[in-house]
Amino acid sequence: MSEPEKAITDDNLERCLAGLTKERIKKAIDQVLTKESGARLKAYVETCVHCGLCADACHVYLSKDKNPIYSPAGKVKRTIWEMIRKNGNVSPEFIKEASIIASTECNACKRCVMYCPFGIDVAYLMLTVRRICHLCGMTPMYIQDTAHSHAVTMNQMWVKDDEWVDTLQWQEEEAQAEMSNLRIPLDKEGSEIMYSVIGPEPKFQAYLIYNMAYIFNAVKADWTMPSTPGWDNSDMAMYTGDNEIMGRVKREHFETAERLKVKRIVMGECGHAFRSVYDMGNRWLGWKMPPIPIVHAIDYYYELLKTGKLKIKEKFKKKVTLHDPCNVIRGGGLAEKSRYVANALCENFVEMTPNREHNFCCNAGGGVINCGPPFKTKRVLSNRIKAEQMKATGAEVLISPCHNCHSGLEDINHHYKCGLEIKFFSEIIYEIMEKPGE
Amino acid sequence: MHTLYNFVSGPLAWIAFLVFIGGCFYKLYNLITLTQQKESFIFSIMSVKYGLRSIGHWLTPFATVNMKNNPVMTVVTFVFHLSLFITPIFLLAHVILWDESFNISWWSLPEQIADILTVVVIAGCCYFLYRRLTDPTVKYLTSISDFILLGIVAAPFLTGFLAYHQLFDYQLMMILHVLSGEIMLVAIPFTRLSHMIYSPFTRAYIGSEFGGVRHAKDW
Repeated sequence: MSEPEKAITDDNLERCLAGLTKERIKKAIDQVLTKESGARLKAYVETCVHCGLCADACHVYLSKDKNPIYSPAGKVKRTIWEMIRKNGNVSPEFIKEASIIASTECNACKRCVMYCPFGIDVAYLMLTVRRICHLCGMTPMYIQDTAHSHAVTMNQMWVKDDEWVDTLQWQEEEAQAEMSNLRIPLDKEGSEIMYSVIGPEPKFQAYLIYNMAYIFNAVKADWTMPSTPGWDNSDMAMYTGDNEIMGRVKREHFETAERLKVKRIVMGECGHAFRSVYDMGNRWLGWKMPPIPIVHAIDYYYELLKTGKLKIKEKFKKKVTLHDPCNVIRGGGLAEKSRYVANALCENFVEMTPNREHNFCCNAGGGVINCGPPFKTKRVLSNRIKAEQMKATGAEVLISPCHNCHSGLEDINHHYKCGLEIKFFSEIIYEIMEKPGE
Repeated sequence: MHTLYNFVSGPLAWIAFLVFIGGCFYKLYNLITLTQQKESFIFSIMSVKYGLRSIGHWLTPFATVNMKNNPVMTVVTFVFHLSLFITPIFLLAHVILWDESFNISWWSLPEQIADILTVVVIAGCCYFLYRRLTDPTVKYLTSISDFILLGIVAAPFLTGFLAYHQLFDYQLMMILHVLSGEIMLVAIPFTRLSHMIYSPFTRAYIGSEFGGVRHAKDW
C-alpha cells in the first residue's frame, strides 16, 4: 500500500488562484489549443480510445496502488480533455489542479508513449497543459523561480557572471594540487570541444567540474569553457511551458559555442539539458537537429574508453547497477553506450529490471524535483516502484548519469532505505583512472 | 416496409459511403494541412523506414512489451479487428450485392466461417464492455460516448447475425442491419472510431521520432 500524503500548499499557486480570472484562462487555453498546437494535439485527442493500456507504463500509477487518476490517460482526462470539452471555460481552481497534475504527477518521461498502441505522446500533452498554466501564471513557485533565474542570468541558479569564472578558477587551482599543469581553458577560440554544464554544478557540485577538468586534461583534450553567459545548458523554462525563455536560453548556449568556433559541445551528465539542446530548444529555434553537434557525457566517455584515450588503472570493485535516464536513453539512444561504459569501468555490473528504454523513471526529472520542497514527500511516495526496482538488484552502487535522476533517486534511496550509494560516471572514472604522474 | 428497405439500401447507402469516404479524405486533408501550417517540422522527422518499423511491430501480435503484458487483451484486439474488417468485405451476401449493383465480384468467405467471425466481433464488443465496466482504470477513462461507440460497432454484426439466422422479423432486421452499418460508416471519420484513419499516422510519426531522432525503440 502506498503511504498517505499530506495536503500541499504552494505559495505561487495560491497567489495566482486569488487573482486569476476566467477571461484570462479562456484566452490562454484558446491561444494554446487553437493557435499554438496543431495536428498532433488534434490526432492525439481524437484517436485515444480510452483503453487504459498506457496505465502500466507509469511509475506514479504503479506506486499509487494503480489509482486510475494517476494513469497517463487519467491525467489527460483530468486536464486537457476537460479544457477541450468545456471549450476553455474552466475555473481558476481547475487550472491550479491542472498545474499540479502536469507539473508534479508527470515527468514527461515518455515511457507511456511506448505502451500506447497508437503512440500517443502523453508527455507532449502534459507539457501543453503546463504551457496553458504558464500563460495563466499558474506555475509552482520553486520551478517558476528557476525559470526567472534563466530569464535574468541565462543560468538556472542565479549564478553571477563573476561567481561563475571564480568557481572555475577555484576548481582549477584545487586540481593543480593534483596535476600541476592542469588548466580549465576559458574562451579558447577554435577549440575542438566546448564543455557546458548545468547551473547546480558551480552552485553546489563544483567537484564535478573538478572531475571533468581532470579527465579532459588527462586525455589531453582540446577543450574550453565559456566565461560568459551561455555556459549553462540546463533549461527549466522548457518544463514550465515558458517556450520564449527556453528559446533565449538555448540561443545563448548555441551562439556561445559559435563564437568560440568549437567543433562540438560536450555536456555533463544531465538528462533534461540534453532534451533541451537536442530535442526541444533547438526545434523552437527552427533547427531540426542542434546547429552544433551535441555529445552527452556518456557518449564522450564511450569515445574515450573505446579509443583507449582514457585508461583505467583498476576496475571498480563494488557491485554496480545502472539507471537509464529517460532523456538520454529514450531520448538519445545511449542505452548500449551507457552499458559499454559501465562494463568498461566496473567489474561487477548488474542490470536492473526493466531496463534500457523500459526503465522506470526517477520521478524527479521533467521539472518535478524543481517544484521544490512543497512537493518532495509526494514525489518520493509516488515512486515506490523505483525503490523496489533498485532494491531488487542487490547492488551496492547505483550509477545515475543524470542530475535530476541522481537527486531524485537519492531521496527515494533515503526514504525507502535502499542502502545504495549513488554516483555519476565521472566520479567512478576519476576514482579508478590512470593518473598521469602517479 | 419494402420501400423503407429500398430507401436505406439505396439512396441512404450512397450517402453513407460518400460521407464515409469523403469524411476520411476530409479528415486526412485537414490533418496534413494543419501539420503544414503549425508543425511543419513533422515532415522533416517523418521517415518511411522508422514509420514502417513501428507500424510493423504494432501490427504483429506479441511483438511489443505491452502486448506481452496483456495477453488476453492482445488476442481479443487482434482477432476482433481482423474479424471486423474481413467479415463485411468478404461476406457472400455483400459480395453478391456488389456483383448485382456494379458487376464487380471477389472471393467470399464460406458462410459458416463468416458466421463464426460475426460472433467473434460481437464477443469482442462484449469483452470490451466487460473491461470498461470492471477494470477500475478503464472505467475511470470511460465516458458515455464509449458505450455508444461500442454499440455502433456491435449493432451491424448483431443485426446481421439475427437476419442471417432469420430470428425475429427478417425484413425489419435487414433494415436495421443496413441502417446500423451505415451509421457505423458515417461514424468512422467523425468519432473516435477515426483511430482507423489516424493511427497509421500517429504510429508512423512516433516511430519516426523514436527511430530517427531518439534512436530508441518505441515498442
